[in-house]
Amino acid sequence: MRALGRLVLFAVALMVAGPAAAQSLEREVGDFTEKLEIGISTDEISITSDFRGADLTIFGAIDGFDANLLAQGKYNIIVVLEGPKDHATVRRKERVFGIWVNTQSMTFELVPEAYSLSTTRDIETIAPPRDIANMGIGVDHMRLVPLGFIGDGSSLGEFRNAFRRIREESGVYQRDPGGVQFISSSLFKASVRLPANVPNGVHVVRAYLFREGLFVAAKALPLRVVKTGLEQAITRAAHDQPVIYGLLAVALAVITGWGASLLFRKD
Amino acid sequence: MTVYLPIAELSVNILIILGMGAAVGFLSGMFGVGGGFLITPLLIFYNIPPVVAVATGANQVVASSISGAITHFRRGTIDIKLGTVLLCGGLVGATLGVWLFSMLRRIGQLDLVISLLYVVLLGSVGGLMLWESIGAMRKAAKNQPTQLRRPGQHNWIHGLPLKMRFKKSKIYLSVIPVATLGFCIGILTSVMGVGGGFIMVPAMIYLLRIPTSVVVGTSLFQIVFVSAYTVIVQASTNYTVDIVLAFVLMIAGVIGAQYGVRVGQRLRGEQLRALLALLVLAVGIRLSIELIIPPKDIYSVVSGGFGF
Repeated sequence: MRALGRLVLFAVALMVAGPAAAQSLEREVGDFTEKLEIGISTDEISITSDFRGADLTIFGAIDGFDANLLAQGKYNIIVVLEGPKDHATVRRKERVFGIWVNTQSMTFELVPEAYSLSTTRDIETIAPPRDIANMGIGVDHMRLVPLGFIGDGSSLGEFRNAFRRIREESGVYQRDPGGVQFISSSLFKASVRLPANVPNGVHVVRAYLFREGLFVAAKALPLRVVKTGLEQAITRAAHDQPVIYGLLAVALAVITGWGASLLFRKD
Repeated sequence: MTVYLPIAELSVNILIILGMGAAVGFLSGMFGVGGGFLITPLLIFYNIPPVVAVATGANQVVASSISGAITHFRRGTIDIKLGTVLLCGGLVGATLGVWLFSMLRRIGQLDLVISLLYVVLLGSVGGLMLWESIGAMRKAAKNQPTQLRRPGQHNWIHGLPLKMRFKKSKIYLSVIPVATLGFCIGILTSVMGVGGGFIMVPAMIYLLRIPTSVVVGTSLFQIVFVSAYTVIVQASTNYTVDIVLAFVLMIAGVIGAQYGVRVGQRLRGEQLRALLALLVLAVGIRLSIELIIPPKDIYSVVSGGFGF
């Protein structure tokens, strides 16, 4: 019965970890005794009017580890914080009659709005690159599927690279080799920086445990990033009651303009 | 000191926004213009997304035009009937403009069209104003009487059908050119976030031959209603009116305007016009440079499923 419960738990973790991770897990399930547990310092980040980014700490523990291997540093951990997904359109400018105009575009299907990767060491040294790629871990291995007609697909690579580069430059995609540290033998801590332009919505924290280059276990937890207070009220009003919101904006302008003319009246 | 803009979805330095609002308010008070044509490009230069800058600019225009409109209404220098015809055209234009705005945004050409429109309009209006005011200053230097082109003869516009008598303006004019003018200004208001006074006033004086005494009040009447309408339509179709940004701009703007008016009263008309012309040209040139020089990155990314 307990085994069944564990299986269900695993299945849940697999679903959250995504199909790529699921495939590699199927192979190895049962071979390992290790289990991964994680917790986050907060499950909700509020964006207030003076929000300038936030630090998130993820704690984790390895259960059922092999003390020898642990002492030799054979366990590695990858922590991913993945933002809510949306389509993203990449556009390319070209010079037309002397001015720069967007001429080509490509829309990628449901890509994360934010993505940060923390690892115990360089990801290349944690597991074979092919396995990491299959699991879709890291910005370079993110699935970027174009929507609609893209011609002969010759520019697909360029658009994908541009997308990754721009998202990394803007700070919403980031990587931190060494961002995961062991604080005691089997306890680890990962620090993830949420940039000021972090998107709202449900983010997912995922931790992957590797032993000697083999994927062992994964765990996922949700993290909500919400606008709070006035900001949330304004955003909600703007989207749920747009006409009233517009009327309010106009009323505010009328009161401000009129008020000032009364206040500064000379006579 | 930063403030988070909920609709633009970014944090900005509140002091810079306040400074921008105050500077534009000062200039608009000094020159007697709405300031929308300055605030929108400035916001774009400060990396506020153009979609938000335009819609929020229209909101700022309401605040900066309302007190002028009320003053003119009290003095009785608004031709309500003429203003209503202008307004009807304006509302249709603004509706079409918001539709155009959404369509351009979807195909990724909105930023380009906004910049191009600004370059063309600011370049031509600024150039004409500079030319005219330099001429006036030369004449003043030679002690010749300055002579504004006086509306004398009727032009082809006065031969159009559907004529209507506008009692306050003391003119008998076809509604077609009036509504058309309102329509064009309405499009500009919704696509560029300007009130359009800097085009409407000359057009009313030189093309429609409307007496100068009612021109400013009547154009303000149209501007207040069309920009208010634009704000509401932009808010409900594109969700791009940032009330926090607008409010900060307004507060700084209306205060700046009070001081601008005082300085403006001390300067001579043609000097004032030459200064305004230089300012308008400078903004236009700054925007055109952005279009011509190779961009830092030829790629750009936006969230959402648009595409061609």
